[in-house]
Order: sequence, then structure tokens, then C-alpha cells
Amino acid sequence: MFRLEVRNSTPTWFNLALPLVAIAATLVLCSGLIALAGAGVLESYGVMFTASLGDSYAITETLVRAAPMIFTGLAVAVAFRAKFWNIGAEGQLLAGAVASCFVGAIPMPGALAMLLMAIVGAAAGAAVALVPATLRVKFKVDDVVSSLLLNSVIYYALMALIEGPWKDSFSGYPISPPIEDSANFPVLVEGTRLHLGVIVALIAAPLIWFLIARTTLGFRIRVTGENPEAARYGGIPVERVLLSTALMSGALAGLAGVGEVGGVHFQVMSDISPGYGYSGIVVAMLARLNPLGVVPAAIFLAAVMTGAEAMSRATGVPAFLSDVIQGTALLAMLVALLFTAYRIRRVGAAR
Amino acid sequence: MPTPAPLIEMRGITKSFGAVKANEAVDLSVAPGEILGLLGENGAGKTTLMNVLFGAYAPDAGEILIQGQPVRITSSADALAAGIGMVHQHFHLAPRLTVLENLLIGIPGKSGRIDRAGGLARLAEIGRQHGLTLDPDLPVSTLSVGEQQRLEIVKALFRGAKLLILDEPTAVLAPSEVDGLFSALRSMAAQGLGIIFISHKLNEVRALTHRCTVLRHGRVAGRVDDPANTTSAAMAQLMCGHEIVPPARGPSTPGEAVLTLDAISTSTHSGTALRDVSLAVRSGEILGIAGVSGNGQRALAEVISGVRAPDAGRMTIAGQTVSRFSPREVQALGLGRIPEDRMTTGLVTNLPLADSMVLPRIGTAAFSSKGLLKPDAIRTFAEEQIKAYDIRCPGPMTRAGALSGGNLQKALLARELAFDPKVLIVSQPTRGLDIGAARFIHEKFLDMRAKGCGIIVIGEDLEELLVLCDRIAVMYEGRIAGTLDSADATIARLGLLMTGAEGHG
Ligand SMILES: Nc1ncnc2c1ncn2[C@@H]1O[C@H](COP(=O)(O)OP(=O)(O)OP(=O)(O)O)[C@@H](O)[C@H]1O
Ligand SMILES: [Mg+2]
Repeated sequence: MFRLEVRNSTPTWFNLALPLVAIAATLVLCSGLIALAGAGVLESYGVMFTASLGDSYAITETLVRAAPMIFTGLAVAVAFRAKFWNIGAEGQLLAGAVASCFVGAIPMPGALAMLLMAIVGAAAGAAVALVPATLRVKFKVDDVVSSLLLNSVIYYALMALIEGPWKDSFSGYPISPPIEDSANFPVLVEGTRLHLGVIVALIAAPLIWFLIARTTLGFRIRVTGENPEAARYGGIPVERVLLSTALMSGALAGLAGVGEVGGVHFQVMSDISPGYGYSGIVVAMLARLNPLGVVPAAIFLAAVMTGAEAMSRATGVPAFLSDVIQGTALLAMLVALLFTAYRIRRVGAAR
Repeated sequence: MPTPAPLIEMRGITKSFGAVKANEAVDLSVAPGEILGLLGENGAGKTTLMNVLFGAYAPDAGEILIQGQPVRITSSADALAAGIGMVHQHFHLAPRLTVLENLLIGIPGKSGRIDRAGGLARLAEIGRQHGLTLDPDLPVSTLSVGEQQRLEIVKALFRGAKLLILDEPTAVLAPSEVDGLFSALRSMAAQGLGIIFISHKLNEVRALTHRCTVLRHGRVAGRVDDPANTTSAAMAQLMCGHEIVPPARGPSTPGEAVLTLDAISTSTHSGTALRDVSLAVRSGEILGIAGVSGNGQRALAEVISGVRAPDAGRMTIAGQTVSRFSPREVQALGLGRIPEDRMTTGLVTNLPLADSMVLPRIGTAAFSSKGLLKPDAIRTFAEEQIKAYDIRCPGPMTRAGALSGGNLQKALLARELAFDPKVLIVSQPTRGLDIGAARFIHEKFLDMRAKGCGIIVIGEDLEELLVLCDRIAVMYEGRIAGTLDSADATIARLGLLMTGAEGHG
């Protein structure tokens, strides 16, 4: 018989190996589905790999897709550190997209437009995140529920916008007018879609890491998340810390939307985010809430998404496999996390 | 008393956690009707041994016999089935359910239905037999700590426990509640139940138990066959391996008042409110605050610690009026604070010990500048304090929750005393600590007093207060009922004040 026993410390290598083990387990588990769909497992994973990371163009495509998930992953990681359960990165992303699209459509010098898009988009995301945080701080409303429900509110508000005032009167498509050409984010490598926003995302991760690990605000966030009572006794304004965390988290998620508008789509439509906000939760969990870990975790999920499409074309396995892999990875990681706190012991053979 | 065949016997139990041998070849037995005391310093392995008996840990070696029969206990369900019940220090109750519902959890009723009437009858019967009465329909969240403990005991009896393990049951009780617990335990023993009682308070052990087993560093250090006629000093020597001399409090030379409260009142929204409380602590003096818990001590500690602002009244620290009642303000004025509950209010158990040690002063120039932490300064500070206070742990990066109670208390003491407070307020400073650790804490208080610090000790243990304090104020229903010089104070006089009888020192 086996039993779980509490452990007191976890070795460092263990913490690093954990996500890798979770990913390996995910791939093994999902290979069953591939086989069921009638395709060769190794062949399918091979296609996925080549399509997402096999050459430099594929890599840039994967990075472009990873960028929004780096932002939402950071947003979730920061929030979860403070135990502000922000499930609303999706809505905050959409708010950031809409707000930056408004700004981007106003004619002005390109650099100024991009800067304003970022500021206004981040502010919009922050404003949305402030709602569940305020409800929790002031009225003890459960933040999981309120932030999650707010996603639908924002989504339908966006729909109302693109079906209403923004609707293209000429074509009748439910899409917003495009932003000014001058506001399009510059592409860094000719012939690819690798835009400025991707670099900003890659820089944001170490900055957020520094903020959490090395600043007093980060210290306060960590302590508030682990033990709000001790934090309050120690003189940390717990409510203010939660609100600041929410602002920061929402701003990061908002930036994910800004990047999609300024660097990829140049306008807003109903499917501007294929659930990047929710993927952010998977990313943050895989990264174990470490901002530096968010980058590889987001790249992994992006590779799965890009790869799954190619695999579906080549082998006929439905591209939904990408969603299954994401979900399985989250579950595998949650199970793996159990082993940082517990160890398995054999009982029975003691005598 | 006669010694029938043991009810429970543990033979050669060994249990290690990594390199730590928590139990090594421990033998222990309890006869029916016997109350066995289990003693030992913090970290001696008492809880671990009981967790082995209760099936929470699998022993590395050794066996357990019930009424002479070897048994394998691999889960608490096994233990319950074998007639072993345990009351942990942290209760395992469902707060939203009622008393009766908590009792019936996990008990199969007749044909899948809950046997409410039967449960009520058993509850009433247990209440009658041992004086453990509880209202079956109250939700557990409304019960006091003492009542929750009673429910845990009743729960064990309900499941037919023949052996009851109590891990430091009196640490959470007020002295007045202890008597009730003891008479219930005696009545249960009289009916043939075996009881294992863990406590650091040797006078309790002497009053209650029939026999004691003493652990030291995981091994049996000795047994006491007649606790009632053994001195506390002799037991302490067995536990620690050396003599423990109570600290000598020399005469004090109090100076200026370093903390004054003038007609402080609070509103009632949580617990007993303060009503018109005035008191003063002078430098070089230890003032005790005695009283039955729940008479406003918590509000007093919160106001002084800057966690709660009073509705009326004035407070000064070192001559300066406190205006905002924030932790930062009172600290900046020179107040050191040690909270009542180390684990929930004092420390952040999941983060490194160093983080907890700098927590209240993280914003000061010592540990950060311009919003950036000084990781080296934080680490060095923690390392220095770990050395100075002999805090037993692998290092400043250890998870705080892995430390034992005594070491946690030392860490909290270190984090306050490092900043030379002019006034120190502490609540229940030695709760759950072994005599050696308690002695260490007392010595530090006396050192601080000699250096001119004014200290307020809020406590329920009158003997401790009498040893430590120069004056003792008694709280009753949110007021100061009276203040006695400790030279004139006796337990009887303090007890009278604690019941609200009028009187002045
Ligand atoms: N789950 C665990 N993992 C690692 N070490 C442990 C664990 N539980 C206890 N220990 C260690 O085993 C030793 C015995 O601990 P135990 O809790 O049994 O002591 P105790 O006698 O109950 O002390 P106290 O009086 O403070 O409650 C200590 O050194 C402790 O640090
Ligand atoms: Mg213990």
C-alpha cells in the first residue's frame, strides 16, 4: 500500500524537474488520443515539433503566439502570488485590446501612438481587474467567481461594440476599423511577424521577477499571499497590496491585448484571443508562479498550439488536441505540485 | 493502583524524518484506567510517537500491541477501529456543521440514514457520565476553544475509544477550564479508559497522571512512577538532562513611564471591548496583565500593538502621543511586539525564516532602500539572530513552519529585541514551550528589564506572572479590576480580582 506523507523541504532540482515531468506525462497521456485518432504517435509529435520549432520562421511564429501568453502568464503569476485569484486575464486582455484599438485608430505620430496604446491598454486591463479586487477587499466577494464572470461581461461588451458602432458598414463584418498603419508595431525580422511586442514581453518577465523577488512591494505581495494576518500585524497594508497587485496583474493582461492589436491583427474582432487569458493560468502554474518560468512555459504552450494545427493538416488528428494537451498539462502540473508538499511512502512492508 | 495487562503497548518504535531521529526504540504502555503523562522538551518526539500510534505515520521499526495482540495501524481509520482516539492540538472539526453532525460524520447509520435520535441519546449519556455537556444543535463555529476540545473528546468516546490521546490539551485552555477537563479525564479513567496526556506544565502532570514516560531526543530518558510525589525539578531534570533553576528577579529600579494608557475605550465589534483602561509601565519594570481570557486582553494587546485604534482615550510611548495606531507608528516610537499566536499572526510559515524575521521592519533603512530590498542585509541579520539566540534550524532560508514552537518564539523575540525597544508587549510568551525554553525567554525579559525596557506580559499562568512581574494588573470585563505589587500578590488575591470582586492593591 502507498500513502502520502508531508515533507518539510523540497530539493531545488526537484522544483526544476517538476514541470518537465508534468510535460512528459502529458505527452505520454495524449499519445493515446493520437493513436485513437489513427495516426502515428511519434510521427505526429514530429510534425508538431518541426512546425513549431523546426526552423527559424517556425520559431518566430511560435514566439509571436507565446507573447500574449507571457503577458497573461505573468498577470496570473503575480496575482496568484498574493492569492488574488484572478481568473479574469481573458477579459482584461480583451479590454486592453479594445482600448488600444481606439487609440491606434487616431492619427498621430507612430511612436506616440504605440506608447499611448500600451498605456491606455494597460490601464483598461488594470481597471477591469480592479473590479473583482475591490469587491473582495470591500465586500468579501469571492474573486474567483467575480473575475471569471467579468470575462463574459467584457466579451459581450466587445461583441456589442463590433456588431454595433464599430461594425464595418461597407462589408458588414463584425470587426473594428483597423488602427492607423503608422501605429502598427515594427517587425523585427524581415519576412516574419516577429513584432516589437514580443520583445517587450520577453523583457517584462525578468522585470516582473525582479519586482517580486527584490522589491519591498514584491516582499509585501509574497507575505500577503502566504499569511495576510501576519502581514497585517507586521504593518503591511494588506488591502492596498491586494489592490496594487490587481492593478499590476490587470495591466499585464491588458498588454497582451495591446500586442495582439498592434502587432498581429491591427484591429479587434470577436476571436482576437483564442483563450490566451485562460492559457495564462496554465502557463503560470507550469511556471510555478515564477515570472522567469513563465517564458519557457508560454513558449511550450505556443508550440503546442502552432504544432497542433500543422499536425492536424498532416495527419488528420483534430487540432483540438492542442486544447487537450493544455488541459492535461495543467492537471499533470497540479498533481506534480502535490509532490512538492508530500512524498509517497510505502507502508505495510515495515516489518 | 493495580497493574492489569496493558491496554496498549508500543515496543521499540523508531521513526526518522530524513536525518532527524524523532523516535528511537521507544517503549511505552498504558493500562486500562491509567492516565499516562508523556513528557519531553520541545522536539523530543512526543507528537511523532502519538502520530505513529494513531496511524498518521508508519514507524520505521517497532510494533504496537493492543491487549497483547500485535496490530497494524496504517491510518487513523485503523486507529479508531482499534479503539484509539486522539485530540490533536489543532482540532479537526467541520466548522459549519453542528455539534451533533460533527459527531455523526463517518458513522454509518441504520440503512443509510443518519441515526439522529441514537446520536442525541449517546451524546446526553456521555455528557451525564463525565460532565462533558454540549448543545447538539450549535454550529461548531460558535463554540469556544474549550468547547471544541470537549467536542473532540466526546467524538473519540462516541466512536468507542478505549485509549484517548491528548496532545497538549491545556495549552489552549484558560486555567478555569483546566479543572473541568481534569475531572472529565479522571471520570473516564475511573471507567477503565486509558489516557495519554501530553503537557509542558509539570504541576498539571503531577496533579493528573498516574505514571509518566519522559522522552529526550527521541529516546526514553526515564519513567516516573509516582508523579504526585515527585518534584517538578526532578521531572525537569529528566527531561532536559540538567537542572533548571528558576530565574531570580532582583529588585527593580523603575524610571520614567515609557508607556501610558489614559482612559482607553474600544467598541465591541470583536471580543470584549476595553472600558476606560488606564495604566502605565515604567522603564525597568515588568507589568503583568492577568485575567480570565476573554476579558479584554486581546483588545488591549491590539490597541497597544497598533493593530486597532481605540474609540476614546490617549496612549503615549516614550512620552510621545500615539496618533494613528498603526504597527509602523508604534514601532517607530520604540515599541516591540510579540503576538499571542506565533503561527498565524507572528510568522509566515511557508516562506523562509529570514522573511518572517524582517517582516515588520521591511520598509526601514535596515532592510530596504528606495523600495528595493537589501537581500544581503536581510540574510546577515537573520544569521546573526539565529546565532545569538541559538535558534535551532538549518539556516535563514529554512521554511519558518519547520521550526519547533520554542525556536519560533526565540525567532520572534530576536526580531523585536534586535531593535532595542523601549517598551515590549508580549502575550502568552511561553505557551507550548518546554521548561528550558520558557526559562530562556524569562531570562531575556529580565535582561531587558535590567537594561531599562518596560515590559507588559499578558498571561493566564498566574505562577509565571508572579515569578516574572513587578506589578500585576487584573482585567475583568474590559476594565482594570485592580493592580497589585507582586510582593503583596498571591494567587488567592489575584483570583478574587479575576472574578470581578472589587478591591484595590
Ligand atoms: N513531518 C516532519 N518532517 C520532518 N521532521 C519532523 C516532522 N515532524 C516532526 N519532525 C521533527 O521530529 C522531531 C520531533 O518532533 P515532535 O513534533 O514529535 O516533537 P514534540 O515532542 O511533540 O515537541 P513539542 O513539545 O514542541 O510539540 C523534531 O526535531 C521535529 O523537528
Ligand atoms: Mg508536539
